[in-house]
Amino acid sequence: MELLLFGIAKDIVGKSNIDLSQTSALPNSVADIKVYLTKEYPDFLKLSSFAVAVNSEYATDDIILKDDDEIAIIPPVSGG
Amino acid sequence: MQKTIIEIVDNLNVDGVYKELTDPKSGGICVFVGTVRDFTNNEEVVSLEFETYKAMALKEMQKIVDQAMVKWNLNKVVMRHAVGVKEVEEPVVIIGVSSGHRDACFAACRFMIDTLKETVPIWKKEVFKNKTVWVSAHP
Repeated sequence: MELLLFGIAKDIVGKSNIDLSQTSALPNSVADIKVYLTKEYPDFLKLSSFAVAVNSEYATDDIILKDDDEIAIIPPVSGG
Repeated sequence: MQKTIIEIVDNLNVDGVYKELTDPKSGGICVFVGTVRDFTNNEEVVSLEFETYKAMALKEMQKIVDQAMVKWNLNKVVMRHAVGVKEVEEPVVIIGVSSGHRDACFAACRFMIDTLKETVPIWKKEVFKNKTVWVSAHP
């Protein structure tokens, strides 16, 4: 299970992806991803907000993750 | 010619957009071009750096165009965003619509750029002389 990182999320973690299968407890849901990130990288708490996308769609906290899902962290967007 | 064009590109060329939008049924064309401004809060900007989650960004851009096509009677739509390093005065985004009448053109153009800024996963880093800042990242 791979987590893609963009923008400031990439800077906070120091790389553009995290292999979640290497973590001690595999996250079950989108909410678990948020807990994992803020625990491992407290700088996420300083952001205005951040969203999680599953298979390139915005995902709510209750979404359950599958092994082959593409998961991405979406920090506050600033296009235009 | 195709009715909608949705793209993320390295280099944004704004010169051809009239041809992309003109249509025999249209009485008006509205085009918004977002460009790199020289100062943010009195600090001189060297450049902006844009990055994207392209697969998702294109899907979100398509959703915005689809919503606009439902809300207004549009003949042609262009939504094109640049990524990479952009310097002062360079274009970074272009939104264009053509419709039978100007009211729909103005309203749809406004809706599309405003919504793009809220939902499309594109990130902008401001590069100043002594620091860099991811725009909107912190409260």
